[in-house]
Amino acid sequence: MGEKIGVYVCHCGSNIAGVVDVVGVAKWAEENLPNVRVARDYKFMCSSLGQEMIEKDVKDLGLTRVVVAACSPHLHEATFRNACKRAGLNPYLFEMVSIREQVSWVTKDKTVATEKSKMLISGGVRRVVHHQPLEPLFVDINPNVLVVGGGIAGIQAALEIADQGSHVYLVEREPSIGGHMAQFDKTFPTLDCAACILTPKMFTAGNHPNITLLTWSEVEKVDGFIGNFTVQIRQKARKVIADKCTGCGVCEEKCPKKVIDHMFEAGMGTRKAIYTPFPQAVPKYPVIDVENCIYYQRGTCKACEKFCPTGAIDFDQKDEMMTVQVGNVILATGYELFDARRVPQYGYGRLANVVTNLEFERLSNTAGPTSGKIVLRDGVTAPQTVGIIHCVGSRDIKYNVDCSAICCMQSLKFAHLVKEKTGAKVYNFYIDIRTPGKTYDEFYRRILDEGVHFIRGKVAEVTDAPRFPGEEGKLVIQVEDTLAGRQLRVPVDMVVLSAAMQPRVDSKEVGQKFGISCSANGWFIERHPKLDPVATMTEGIFIAGVCQGPKDIPATVSQGAAAAARVLGLIGQKQVTLEPVRASITQDNCSGCRICNNLCPFNAITFIEDRAVSDINPALCQGCGTCVSACPAGAITGSHFTNQQIMAQIEGVLFDLNVQGAREEMERVPA
Amino acid sequence: MSKNGKPKFAMYWAAACGGCEIAVLNINEGILDVDANFDVVFWPVAMDAKYKDVEAMPDKSITLTLFNGAIRNDENAHIAQMLRAKSQVLVAFGACACEGGIPGLGNLSSKQQILDTAFSTISTDNPKELRPQTTFKMPEGALHIPTMYETVKSLDQVVPVDYYIPGCPPESNQIAAVVGLVIKALKGEAQLPPAGAVIGASQSTVCDECKRTRGEKTITQFTRMATFQPREDQCLLEQGILCSGMATRSGCDARCPVANMPCVGCYGPAPDVIDQGARMMSAVASVVDSKDPAEIEKIMRGVVDPTGTFYRFGMPRSLMRHAKG
Ligand SMILES: Cc1cc2nc3c(=O)[nH]c(=O)nc-3n(C[C@H](O)[C@H](O)[C@H](O)COP(=O)(O)OP(=O)(O)OC[C@H]3O[C@@H](n4cnc5c(N)ncnc54)[C@H](O)[C@@H]3O)c2cc1C
Ligand code: SF4
Ligand code: SF4
Ligand code: SF4
Ligand code: SF4
Ligand code: SF4
Repeated sequence: MGEKIGVYVCHCGSNIAGVVDVVGVAKWAEENLPNVRVARDYKFMCSSLGQEMIEKDVKDLGLTRVVVAACSPHLHEATFRNACKRAGLNPYLFEMVSIREQVSWVTKDKTVATEKSKMLISGGVRRVVHHQPLEPLFVDINPNVLVVGGGIAGIQAALEIADQGSHVYLVEREPSIGGHMAQFDKTFPTLDCAACILTPKMFTAGNHPNITLLTWSEVEKVDGFIGNFTVQIRQKARKVIADKCTGCGVCEEKCPKKVIDHMFEAGMGTRKAIYTPFPQAVPKYPVIDVENCIYYQRGTCKACEKFCPTGAIDFDQKDEMMTVQVGNVILATGYELFDARRVPQYGYGRLANVVTNLEFERLSNTAGPTSGKIVLRDGVTAPQTVGIIHCVGSRDIKYNVDCSAICCMQSLKFAHLVKEKTGAKVYNFYIDIRTPGKTYDEFYRRILDEGVHFIRGKVAEVTDAPRFPGEEGKLVIQVEDTLAGRQLRVPVDMVVLSAAMQPRVDSKEVGQKFGISCSANGWFIERHPKLDPVATMTEGIFIAGVCQGPKDIPATVSQGAAAAARVLGLIGQKQVTLEPVRASITQDNCSGCRICNNLCPFNAITFIEDRAVSDINPALCQGCGTCVSACPAGAITGSHFTNQQIMAQIEGVLFDLNVQGAREEMERVPA
Repeated sequence: MSKNGKPKFAMYWAAACGGCEIAVLNINEGILDVDANFDVVFWPVAMDAKYKDVEAMPDKSITLTLFNGAIRNDENAHIAQMLRAKSQVLVAFGACACEGGIPGLGNLSSKQQILDTAFSTISTDNPKELRPQTTFKMPEGALHIPTMYETVKSLDQVVPVDYYIPGCPPESNQIAAVVGLVIKALKGEAQLPPAGAVIGASQSTVCDECKRTRGEKTITQFTRMATFQPREDQCLLEQGILCSGMATRSGCDARCPVANMPCVGCYGPAPDVIDQGARMMSAVASVVDSKDPAEIEKIMRGVVDPTGTFYRFGMPRSLMRHAKG
């Protein structure tokens, strides 16, 4: 073949060198592998010195191929491709071999790890000689942006982008934007009222000339790729004609049907069958809840229609589909609350005065069902003692392993609100207090000073069965105080459970729709946990807010803004370069069997009727390989993953052991 | 060259059914061209000859050898090696020589299992449990019969091969065309393709030559010819019949689909495809129309004898080669 290959084996500090004999592996590669001109080991290949070493060898030794054995292609393939490019070598004449993720991190035995590294490098070296120089593809970026989810994350992102002049489609599945924040009373640590800081933003988003607000809507289908997505959106029938509705609220007032509002009021209050979730809702026009509306259930009523001054009610309105073209997408779908019923020993759903954190927010909210009065379920009695239990459904291997990030601060906030509004005695039951944000610890000390009692221990049980005098008619919290080392029974009037934030039930489905993945527990996976938290592995799809993992409002807003900045950066570039790794059809070999025709997840394949062959649109193809493996005629080639390359790599990793247990090149039967 | 100035021709029959020999005779008047242009020096089916006659020939003295049949025993291998040495152009002729062919299905069993089936099953009357011996001493000396190999091999797994003519058997018009081409090349009027090429076939797959209409494929059920009369105008696969046409090299004019029978894959893999059976399987799996594992399982149960279906001709030269003993 006559190629000159440079092989570089990285120590990654002690990450690799601690387990793999990197010096020995490099020496072995230079002495044993075909076409290897030079093999070196180095402390950190990704450092500028490591990269310069490659560049120098390419120039001085005339290397025609480069193999780096280090971390994973996800992390540093681009780094080394760029180094090759700077040295004047086509970046695709490079091959990365993972000996950290695939070897040193997962293999304990040093000898085995070293042999495994040799094997993988041998595969890489044999593969790289078959690499072909490839040139990237350039495509224009549509400046329109889709934002999914109208919580604070989505609103922030939409506003930042719209202010810069790009058009945003903001899709929210509920009747109003606002998300969870709209339900809160005050927000930690500053205790400013949530509505005061949120509603102006909602209003701006609702009236922004560059934002098309699509509430009561959901994304059905996404096609395309970065710069050119085609999105189908279902606008659910509101049964109210938006253009005619003035938001006067008469229909709501006249509607005879009251329903418990499990969404916005968290079950603490009621709404009508025709409703806006809350008075400051954006947009202002209501929706009819078809399942509860008397007309849809029994065929009569139509009170809303009768009283509506503008004739905005339309009982025949159907769902509408709309298709929009966007260049980038931001997912900001947030979270849902852990179902506290899953911890039966805390009595939620069984004991009336055990409430969840979201229910408490509604109780405490001046615009809420009790006008902000913190009272027991009877609606009048103020509690004299309140117990707040942290970490319900979080930091627990049975439910969510992770810390929910906000519930300590939220529980401290509740303690303050109870004290302030009722003067009741407050007990906080915590495992650890976690207040890592700016001024958060100050807030904690303030609550300590306010005389709130802190008991360290995981609550065993909440019960209404009295055992000792003073417990009658109370809820008793049984807990081991782990600091004092004794069992306690604390009688209270009300228990607040700080339920965890957890991924939306449909997060996997939504992720799939947009071609991104979720972690095992269901949060969307970022491109890099530290260095790229708002991008995803799919180009053009970004994530922001709690859908990426539990966090508070400041962090959510930062991510919304960060995602917007990333998108604006791309829009500014006007074009993106696409990886040239994609499939193409050799038309002489295509028989027109049409096996491939409906397989492409990106709809890149079309059948050309008059020539009876299939064809791939290179801009749509993402190089996933589905069609390549399906084509029975072998007419489809995936560049950078050709049969020849893959077979050479497989042959490279195979070796035999001789009787002494040493590796020996395998004798290959002619294929 | 022979004394009469004609190039020499040989044909040999190893582990195969003999269909290839008939196919050559089936080129009708074309056979006269063979005789007019070649001096036939070795062709056991057509004329008497002894191995020692071939052994006596100088190396590279035979211009063209068509070798049909797979390598099943040491005799097959020995003749293959001998003919390789004596021939300028050695052609793997027919599916068995090219891919292992029908005898190659023997690779699903070990030699022991095959012998057990032949000599010790209920239908065999063999009370003394006799087994064939490869040598037997007689007063006149030791007699040898060929030793059966553990597995069946394609010709090119034993000796280097110049060209491949696929088919079970190769179509007569394709044979005639190849013979015509060689004759022209000998006269300097045409060029032979590069060594290693598949000749007597085309560049695509059988579907390319199949006149049935094809649509996007969504399969919800597999059926078998025994129980179903397919329509003549629509792709058989779309009707649930496992037709191997899409994964089989074109060149046969889609004989079987034209006769309303599914292609069984005798023309071997398409150009640059390593494993025809694997291609066929991943293609079929790709168009099964269900996302429900239980339903997929049910649909796939309609594929009776998958190895025999997908690897009917190609087992020895596939990635699997043989069952693991
Ligand atoms: C009880 C409680 C109190 C809290 N108090 C505070 C506090 O005081 N201070 C603080 O900093 N943080 C607080 N937090 C944390 C805060 O709630 C979050 O940080 C913040 O609300 C996250 O916003 P978000 O936009 O990411 O998600 P969300 O608010 O959940 O918004 C997501 C939006 O997306 C919509 N959506 C979801 N899926 C789809 C879909 N497929 N299509 C269309 N739309 C979709 C939802 O309807 C929703 O409107 C508290 C949390 C809890 C549980
Ligand atoms: S028709 Fe339905 S929404 Fe309208 S007033 Fe009657 S119950 Fe309410
Ligand atoms: S490789 Fe094939 S299936 Fe995958 S995106 Fe490209 S054209 Fe579509
Ligand atoms: S699967 Fe292959 S042969 Fe069949 S239509 Fe597609 S590209 Fe052509
Ligand atoms: S019937 Fe067979 S050969 Fe004809 S188009 Fe269908 S798969 Fe191809
Ligand atoms: S259709 Fe298939 S099985 Fe029939 S002759 Fe052609 S290649 Fe052979």
